[in-house]
Amino acid sequence: MKKNPASVAALVFSSGLLLGGSGSGWAQKEVVIGLLCDRTGPTQTVGVNLCPGYHDYISLVNSKGGVEGYKVRAVEIDHEFKVPQAMEAYERHKKEGAVLIGIYGTPHTQALTQKLTEDKIPGTSPGFGTSAAADGNKYPYIFPIAASYWSQAAVGVKFAKTQLAGSLKGKKIAYLYYDNPAGREPLPILEDLAGLEGFQLKTFAVPPPGVEMGAQVLDIAQRYRADFVLTHLFGRAPSVSIKELKRIGYPLKKVVGMVWGASEADIEAAGGFAVAEGYNAMQFAGVGSDYPVLNEIRDMYKKQGKEAPKEMVNSVLYNRGVLIAAVHTEAVRNALKAKPGGPITGADVKLGFEKIKGFTLGGLVPPLEITVNDHEGGGWVQIFTVKGGKFVKATEWDKAYGDVLAKHIKAAK
Amino acid sequence: MFHRESGVFKTTYGADMALYPLPIAKWTVVALAALFVVIIPLAVHEYYLSILNLIFIAIVGALGLNILVGYTGQISIGHGAFMSVGAYTAANLAVRLDLPFWITLPAGGLMAALIGVIVGMPSLRIKGLYLAIATLAGQLIIEWTINHVPAISGGAQASIEVDRPSLFGFSFNTQGHLYFFLLFFAVLAIVATLNLVRSRIGRAFVAVRDQDIAAEIIGINIYRYKLLAFAISSFYAGVCGVLYTYYFGIANYEQFQLIVSIDYLAMIIIGGLGSILGAIFGAVFVTLLPIAIRWTMESFGDLLFSQAAVRNLIPNLRLILFGVLIIVFLVVEPEGLNRLWRNIRNYFRVWPFAY
Repeated sequence: MKKNPASVAALVFSSGLLLGGSGSGWAQKEVVIGLLCDRTGPTQTVGVNLCPGYHDYISLVNSKGGVEGYKVRAVEIDHEFKVPQAMEAYERHKKEGAVLIGIYGTPHTQALTQKLTEDKIPGTSPGFGTSAAADGNKYPYIFPIAASYWSQAAVGVKFAKTQLAGSLKGKKIAYLYYDNPAGREPLPILEDLAGLEGFQLKTFAVPPPGVEMGAQVLDIAQRYRADFVLTHLFGRAPSVSIKELKRIGYPLKKVVGMVWGASEADIEAAGGFAVAEGYNAMQFAGVGSDYPVLNEIRDMYKKQGKEAPKEMVNSVLYNRGVLIAAVHTEAVRNALKAKPGGPITGADVKLGFEKIKGFTLGGLVPPLEITVNDHEGGGWVQIFTVKGGKFVKATEWDKAYGDVLAKHIKAAK
Repeated sequence: MFHRESGVFKTTYGADMALYPLPIAKWTVVALAALFVVIIPLAVHEYYLSILNLIFIAIVGALGLNILVGYTGQISIGHGAFMSVGAYTAANLAVRLDLPFWITLPAGGLMAALIGVIVGMPSLRIKGLYLAIATLAGQLIIEWTINHVPAISGGAQASIEVDRPSLFGFSFNTQGHLYFFLLFFAVLAIVATLNLVRSRIGRAFVAVRDQDIAAEIIGINIYRYKLLAFAISSFYAGVCGVLYTYYFGIANYEQFQLIVSIDYLAMIIIGGLGSILGAIFGAVFVTLLPIAIRWTMESFGDLLFSQAAVRNLIPNLRLILFGVLIIVFLVVEPEGLNRLWRNIRNYFRVWPFAY
């Protein structure tokens, strides 16, 4: 849309009128959510697709009259994946009156945990953060709301088991991971499961920035001769792993990538869907564009006379943004239902989260059930396989080895 | 600081070295103290205090790096790693032995100083860019070690949660409380540095920087002073790391990666190498600039672009503007913000009777 000085002036004038006319009444009927994004840092491919999805869902909710009569305002701040910036952003959100923070990034989640607990404002860490935060008693104000790295690793092992004809006894599994705390997080789970299922586990670390892993891949394919490979990589690394495994001739159908190596962008960067044929990827939100909620968003854009946003094509990450926004909205809705009159606080939203159950958004959201004890909501993931130029669903919503995970969550300090 | 006599009237060395060159300087300090201790915490919203808190921490780190790079002339790209050494030392002591901050904080600094001396050893034989690479190696080795030794890192996640600092049962657990906690250490660091650089040690540092052979000839043991510079600088870095740890409530090595070392180098280069005020200016500038750019974009960006475009634009424009402003500042005044400030002051020194 082109803008000329006259229309700018008109805009200023009209917005001034709006503010002057209905400022006070409007401000009361508003719920503020703080959103941290990374659109410029090392994981910017995630941020540029995920955050628009978040905002589109919020706009959709507002276009339908908001939540229980309240408008939702999402304040996004980019933190460049830096911790001090995230802290500053959080304080800014708090100043704006945020009752809920959508965190992005594991170190940032850890740095904000103590502050959020002190301020009684819930924060969400979908698909990252500390796995032990699933325990709502120890981490009352942290909500992973999607499968943690521990849950993802457990499902990865279960998937390997079904692919290898139901038994892992004596099989060799390789774990190819980004050598940072997030990458190492699943190790204790994998070691336990190796004992339980009787498979041999060998780990292969990829040092940051993770764009060089020829040696590790060669080792996996030719010396160790793994029967199955579980990868846990970030940023550019997943696409490099797919490319390298393909080059060495390792069958990609025996590879499963955890959630941050699972987007269309990763596949494209690896050389396209034809190259990655057979690659399996874990998802914590539905993939593809035929969900009712996405149609509603497209309709909303059409009504405004605009094209659907280009980020929608990257459905894996866009849909995750929609999922996070939807779960946030649902928690706010529950909080407002419990307290219909007055303004809600972070503590109300926390209780709202703990009432989320049976909310699936037409299949885009897993059968989440968040309780006081379980802030992860079950730890559901789906596995999709690259087949014929797109992601095809390989499993339904799944979780695995709940008892092993529970033991570790309990033991974590 | 803000006032100057209209010419050079000093007749003794004592007068030249005095911390307060004029009586009015003393009153300036008193006014500043009143501003920071009484007025700001009472008058300002918690959010602005949180920004000041980040600035205070950055000041401690920038002062330390300036002692090494600005005063002694030894380039270091390992400042972030020294911070992580301090952070993990303090976190381990605080969690495992349950020690209070007034023990963990100096302990973190001392441990960082020790590691700093080891990493600084190559400076005895090499200079300039070669030394930069040696300290870069130090940064990477320390990062790797913390990442892979569970005894230091406290487990697979390499992060240790630390309780808020407390003194006599009083816990510093809000931004307002932490403001005083951090202000205290920032002031302590500033005063300590002011005194350090006008002592024999500080002058020896400057001599080593300006011409090390000449320094040796006039009787300065350059090996000792180079290592001492590394030790002192790393001590500051370690303390800075401990302050970050207490501020965030967690020690996490991902907060202290290479990019942090670069950020701190940027601070002292923008602020002005070899000056205390420069380190402070740099810390303020680098912390505030992204916030200021974002604020401007949020306020006026809507007039020119759509909402979605603004969201995508702000972070990217912030990076671009940040880079451009740094270049502009350095082109306008290569000696940094401190020199710019001095130029302004010198202009007003004889104003309005400039000749």
